[in-house]
Amino acid sequence: MHSKFIDSADLSAQELNKLHNNFQEVAKGLTEEEAQAEAAKCLHCKKPMCVHKCPVAIDIPGFIAKIKERDYEGAYQIIQQSSSLPAVCGRVCPQETQCESKCVRGVKGEPVAIGKLERFVADWHNENVCDRNIPPEPNGHKVAIVGSGPSGLTCAGDLAKMGYDVTIYEALHVAGGVLVYGIPEFRLPKAIVRKEIDALKQLGVKIETNVVVGKTVTIDDLFDDGYEAVFIGSGAGLPRFMKLPGENLKGVYSANEFLTRVNLMKAYEKDSATPVKYSENVAVVGGGNVAMDAARCAKRLGAKNVHIIYRRSEEEMPARREEVKHAKQEGIIFDYLTTPTAIIGDDEGFVDKITCVSMELGEPDASGRRRPIVIEGSEHDIKVDCVIMSIGTSPNPLIQSTTPGLDNDSRGCIITNEDTGLTSRLGVYAGGDAVTGAATVILAMGAGKTVAKSIDEYIKSKEK
Amino acid sequence: MNKIIKREELNPTVTLLVVEAPMVARKAEPGQFIILRVDEEGERTPFTIADFDRKAGTITIIFQIVGSTTMKLNSLKEGDYIHDFVGPLGVATHTEGLKKVAVVGGGVGCAIAYPVAKKLHEQGAEVYSIVGFRNRDLVILENEFKAVSNHLEMMTDDGSYGKKGMVTNALQELIDAGHKFDEVIAIGPVVMMKFVSQLTKKYDIKTVVSMNPIMIDGTGMCGGCRLTVGGETKFACVDGPDFDGHLVDFDEAIERGKMYRDFERHQYEETCNLFKKEVQ
Ligand SMILES: Cc1cc2nc3c(=O)[nH]c(=O)nc-3n(C[C@H](O)[C@H](O)[C@H](O)COP(=O)(O)OP(=O)(O)OC[C@H]3O[C@@H](n4cnc5c(N)ncnc54)[C@H](O)[C@@H]3O)c2cc1C
Ligand SMILES: Cc1cc2nc3c(=O)[nH]c(=O)nc-3n(C[C@H](O)[C@H](O)[C@H](O)COP(=O)(O)OP(=O)(O)OC[C@H]3O[C@@H](n4cnc5c(N)ncnc54)[C@H](O)[C@@H]3O)c2cc1C
Ligand code: SF4
Ligand code: SF4
Ligand code: FES
Repeated sequence: MHSKFIDSADLSAQELNKLHNNFQEVAKGLTEEEAQAEAAKCLHCKKPMCVHKCPVAIDIPGFIAKIKERDYEGAYQIIQQSSSLPAVCGRVCPQETQCESKCVRGVKGEPVAIGKLERFVADWHNENVCDRNIPPEPNGHKVAIVGSGPSGLTCAGDLAKMGYDVTIYEALHVAGGVLVYGIPEFRLPKAIVRKEIDALKQLGVKIETNVVVGKTVTIDDLFDDGYEAVFIGSGAGLPRFMKLPGENLKGVYSANEFLTRVNLMKAYEKDSATPVKYSENVAVVGGGNVAMDAARCAKRLGAKNVHIIYRRSEEEMPARREEVKHAKQEGIIFDYLTTPTAIIGDDEGFVDKITCVSMELGEPDASGRRRPIVIEGSEHDIKVDCVIMSIGTSPNPLIQSTTPGLDNDSRGCIITNEDTGLTSRLGVYAGGDAVTGAATVILAMGAGKTVAKSIDEYIKSKEK
Repeated sequence: MNKIIKREELNPTVTLLVVEAPMVARKAEPGQFIILRVDEEGERTPFTIADFDRKAGTITIIFQIVGSTTMKLNSLKEGDYIHDFVGPLGVATHTEGLKKVAVVGGGVGCAIAYPVAKKLHEQGAEVYSIVGFRNRDLVILENEFKAVSNHLEMMTDDGSYGKKGMVTNALQELIDAGHKFDEVIAIGPVVMMKFVSQLTKKYDIKTVVSMNPIMIDGTGMCGGCRLTVGGETKFACVDGPDFDGHLVDFDEAIERGKMYRDFERHQYEETCNLFKKEVQ
């Protein structure tokens, strides 16, 4: 069950026409009156199940009570105690499987739209309150953060507030991680991310872009340079491919490449130096948020037909409901229970079509989802000139391979102590997608928070 | 922001820049590359580290003006800044244990081959360099190569300088003359590397080529730089750029390199017009 606001953004045919090259935010925020009406639905449960399902345990009834009092800044302060990126999480959290999934109001089919309320509060704060972050008294200890995604930003912010001298090292030329290179502008305006980053800078956090840890400097170099602890929040950026025949034809992208070209390098702007080829018919393989984002970007770049090719049924699709809903409204075609077997090229080596087979669902597999089985003789071609592979990513091995003694598991994820985030190396901590594999913004942020606490304890314990 | 310390035109289409980049210089090794963005809106563009000076904290790059980005880069003067400059990326060229090597460079590829030849020379290997250019006006780094080679073979397509012919002709002659190479290192246009590899395959001489596919991040994140090597998909930016020439699928690499040709031509013309306007 999900809140009614997911259904509220129906686009008229006219609006659909306006989609072309329109990268403005799609999901509208609540008006003050809508927020009041929504807040009024909260029963302030004694044992709020919603809080239980929020990975960072935001005091949900608490902040909603402040909304009812129209004390929006008070509400913001409550959220701030648990989350450092409310404007981001309010927009991108998979609420229907987290906080809203266990809201008691959901029993009657209308859970409180907690995410939308969170976004309302954060946006209100950003519009009406001018934060002047004053750097606290320095405590004389240096900490290095690798990666500027939500885990790194959160860890940096929390440490800076405690007086640490924090430097973030980021491989790309801008900070923000997936929030800037992956999630598109129409879902998460980059200005919001920039604002969060500016706030960190006000706190005294230094951000060194264009530094690839493992290449430009190693983790050991950082210790030599006087850092007492290092947090690795390098994400899970390594794209997977399916080893299909034709996967290296011109016009086949990883979702990372496609989204990076579009979002980070702004290929949608007319005079962008980094191009993305115009495609009329696009196939996106996969069913997660990343696949939805790629499909919706392709549509905005002018594609006539965009197919999502997913091997299970709609029910199993891991993407957020809101994204699926929007994708459908925008005219994305969903080919469920379908999987590609080959990509066929034309005479010039460009993609011409994708060959697929149909599937049916069998017994549940290890993940608890019903295993798709190929239907004999169901092979069919879909005419496309672009294929975007969006079947998942894993952590990039670059840091592990250049850091002796840093253990990772068979999937390439860094192994850490669950309670502290400590890795197999003293003083080296990790969190976010680099540890869990591709997950969510809120989990990455939570990990950053946990590690900030652990690092503080570790450095203080050394002092004694 | 990285400052340009020195700028030198090696020939009408090839320019050398010495750039202040102490962090990159601290780790750089021959065979590695950097990615730069000329300005705020620029594309991420890879260039090989042609030389480095750890003490001075500088990196040298040598580039050929082929399109919009390289034209903009060429317009920068000494004292100007490059907006973004990241590296060293990729795996350094393996030179350990090599005793006798043929280093084959084609065109601006010579800029990439030179530091490898230099390193081999410094570690006491016998270096046979074969460099090829379209014509006399395009010759670069001749003296530099001479200084680090036991033997230098200069080739031009039209015979206007050195010998007339392809680098493969010169390599064939050396092989015919009985030279036994531990390894051939070939760096230049993909077609050239393909033909060098075909030649050395016949004689079973290990051959290393330096691939230059289209790249974006250079850290293994986008997969745009992928190529097929021995039937497996590799990412040139992290697994390479050096690969076994006998295993690389050159034809696929050539095709993938053409992905944005029309766009690039258009950008190039736009930039040309822009510069023309500025001059008027
Ligand atoms: C297209 C897309 C859509 C998504 N949609 C949602 C959504 O709707 N809701 C949701 O909750 N989650 C979503 N996610 C997942 C979410 O974005 C990630 O789980 C989250 O960003 C992970 O945060 P992180 O800090 O671990 O890493 P990342 O955000 O991946 O950041 C890692 C950073 O580290 C940098 N880095 C990597 N290696 C190095 C190195 N060696 N040296 C220096 N820097 C390095 C990277 O460049 C990057 O900037 C989406 C992901 C994608 C790709
Ligand atoms: C690892 C690596 C190292 C490199 N080292 C050097 C170097 O030391 N010096 C140097 O001059 N160039 C080098 N290159 C090539 C350089 O990156 C391209 O010349 C550059 O991207 C051209 O940009 P542009 O906008 O000026 O031209 P574009 O408009 O991008 O291209 C113009 C023409 O060049 C061709 N081209 C585009 N990209 C490449 C490429 N990657 N390789 C070969 N041809 C290309 C196009 O097909 C087109 O015909 C290297 C490339 C890689 C991947
Ligand atoms: S952070 Fe996410 S899960 Fe937690 S309350 Fe906000 S929207 Fe719900
Ligand atoms: S479960 Fe629902 S009704 Fe109860 S406190 Fe949470 S949001 Fe309010
Ligand atoms: S350039 Fe992106 S993976 Fe190599």
